[in-house]
Amino acid sequence: MSTTLQQPTGADEAVEIAKKRASDGKRAERKLGMLLCAPAVVFMLAVTAYPILYAIYLSFFRADLRLPGQNEFVGFSNYVTVLTSPIWWTAFGLTMFITVISAFLELVFGMMLAVVMHRTLVGRGLVRTSALVPYAIVTVVAAFSWRFAWTQDIGWLAGDAAPLTDRWSSIWIIILAEVWKTVPFMALLLMAGLALVPEDLLKAASMDGATAWQRFWKITVPLIKPSILVALLFRTLDAFRVFDNIFVLTSGANDTSSVSMVAYNNLIRGLNLGIGSTMAVLIFITIAIIAFLFVKLFGASAPGQGESR
Amino acid sequence: MSADTITPTKKAGWAAVDLIVLLYAFIPVVWIVSLSLKGDDTLNDGNFLVRKPTGEAYSEIFANEDFVRALINSIGICVIATFVALLLGTMAAYAIARLEFPGKRTIVAMSLLISMFPQIALVTPMFKMWTTIGIFDTWLGLILPYITFALPLAIYTLSAFFREIPWELEKAAKMDGATPYQAFRKVIAPLAMPGVFTTAILVFIACWNDFLFAISLTSTNSARTVPAAMSYFTGATTFEKPVAAVAAAAVIITIPIVIFVLFFQRRIVAGLTSGAVKG
Repeated sequence: MSTTLQQPTGADEAVEIAKKRASDGKRAERKLGMLLCAPAVVFMLAVTAYPILYAIYLSFFRADLRLPGQNEFVGFSNYVTVLTSPIWWTAFGLTMFITVISAFLELVFGMMLAVVMHRTLVGRGLVRTSALVPYAIVTVVAAFSWRFAWTQDIGWLAGDAAPLTDRWSSIWIIILAEVWKTVPFMALLLMAGLALVPEDLLKAASMDGATAWQRFWKITVPLIKPSILVALLFRTLDAFRVFDNIFVLTSGANDTSSVSMVAYNNLIRGLNLGIGSTMAVLIFITIAIIAFLFVKLFGASAPGQGESR
Repeated sequence: MSADTITPTKKAGWAAVDLIVLLYAFIPVVWIVSLSLKGDDTLNDGNFLVRKPTGEAYSEIFANEDFVRALINSIGICVIATFVALLLGTMAAYAIARLEFPGKRTIVAMSLLISMFPQIALVTPMFKMWTTIGIFDTWLGLILPYITFALPLAIYTLSAFFREIPWELEKAAKMDGATPYQAFRKVIAPLAMPGVFTTAILVFIACWNDFLFAISLTSTNSARTVPAAMSYFTGATTFEKPVAAVAAAAVIITIPIVIFVLFFQRRIVAGLTSGAVKG
């Protein structure tokens, strides 16, 4: 009798001890987790968060390295200067144009390439391997390749023409260089999505008489929508930063500067830190807005959402 | 559909599509190689393929002190940045894949944010900060931003790899009498190595590819990397780029990476897709 009475307390104690041990273990785990992440986090904050705060601070000052005696607080006057400048808006419009067109073309061609890589019956390994070549090539190198190809006399594509001396043909060559380089990357992301589409579903639809086109739009696309949106978000933000290609292809001649190019010119060529910082902040804000719109409008997976899967 | 029947027509159709992909991927590469092999006399012939190959451009750039210095800078800076990013990234990725702790989601979100960061926004403040603390135009001045932008990539890719590792094996080894260190070294490390190696390649390529930081945070050949140095090559006249020399430099910094990528193709595809899609 007494044993039966005591048992629960004994069991309770055991549970208590186990709980304590578990919570000790948990605490140790939490500590270890934070400790292991700390160096990476400190690094990322120190090299991104601090400079961006500093950029915001600098953007309110006249900070021209050529006139060091005249550095003073100027409020929003740098912002007024930039936002009323046609140079900024031309660059902004052009960057938007390049971003939208190249993201669109990359999605279309990337999807085509992804389907080829996923479905091909011959030389699948060869196709997948060679599609990685543009990814492996340094952007600047690819840009030089395109530049020389379109250079009068030298280039195999140019002949007697000099398309890089004209604004619109330059813009299309910049887009070509962007798209060439990133279609394979887009295709890889989409291919990973395609691999998740159940084959049975496609077969069943095929039996029910759906054409390949219908199967693609009604089954594949809805199923891989998350992959498409993530790829598109990444590429849009990436395209908005376009710099290397333009620097090499035109150096921004004939109004072909992107916002990054204009900011770079103000900073390195003009040594005007105040204006350069203002542009940096405006670019940062634009990127944040684009990312926000993507997440809100299209429901692209929000940061960290992948964790829950 | 693909499993149905493989008719010769279908096969030929796919072969044609494959050929288009091959041409797409290799034409700019073949062209720059061909250009680098052209001599002064054939440079302006506009032919896609070189007719009389010569190594002049290559001997010219290797005799050029600035290029050799830039190549050493590129290799040194990228190797160090890759190593540090991998070390810090592995620690963080292990914690994210294996442990429960507060702030985990915030760290994942933060890395995602940084990978989308407009890098030009950092160049202005960094330029000012680096000149103030005296690391402008030094290896360290480039290594720091390279590590920062490599970290999200490393954390994403590695934690995706680490999640696939059957960690129960570690427990089983310990039950069989292995010390924690032995369990890690003999069981887990061999399973984790391919992921770490793949990530190292991806991170190295990302650093090797950088142009914006290299051109903004350096001013002499003491830290300038090859992509940046190429845009400063000058020919007979200051306004003319020495086409063949630039092409040769381009080939030198591209071919090793291309060979590497082709060689480890499978792993790189796995790394790129797991890191980006599975998040």
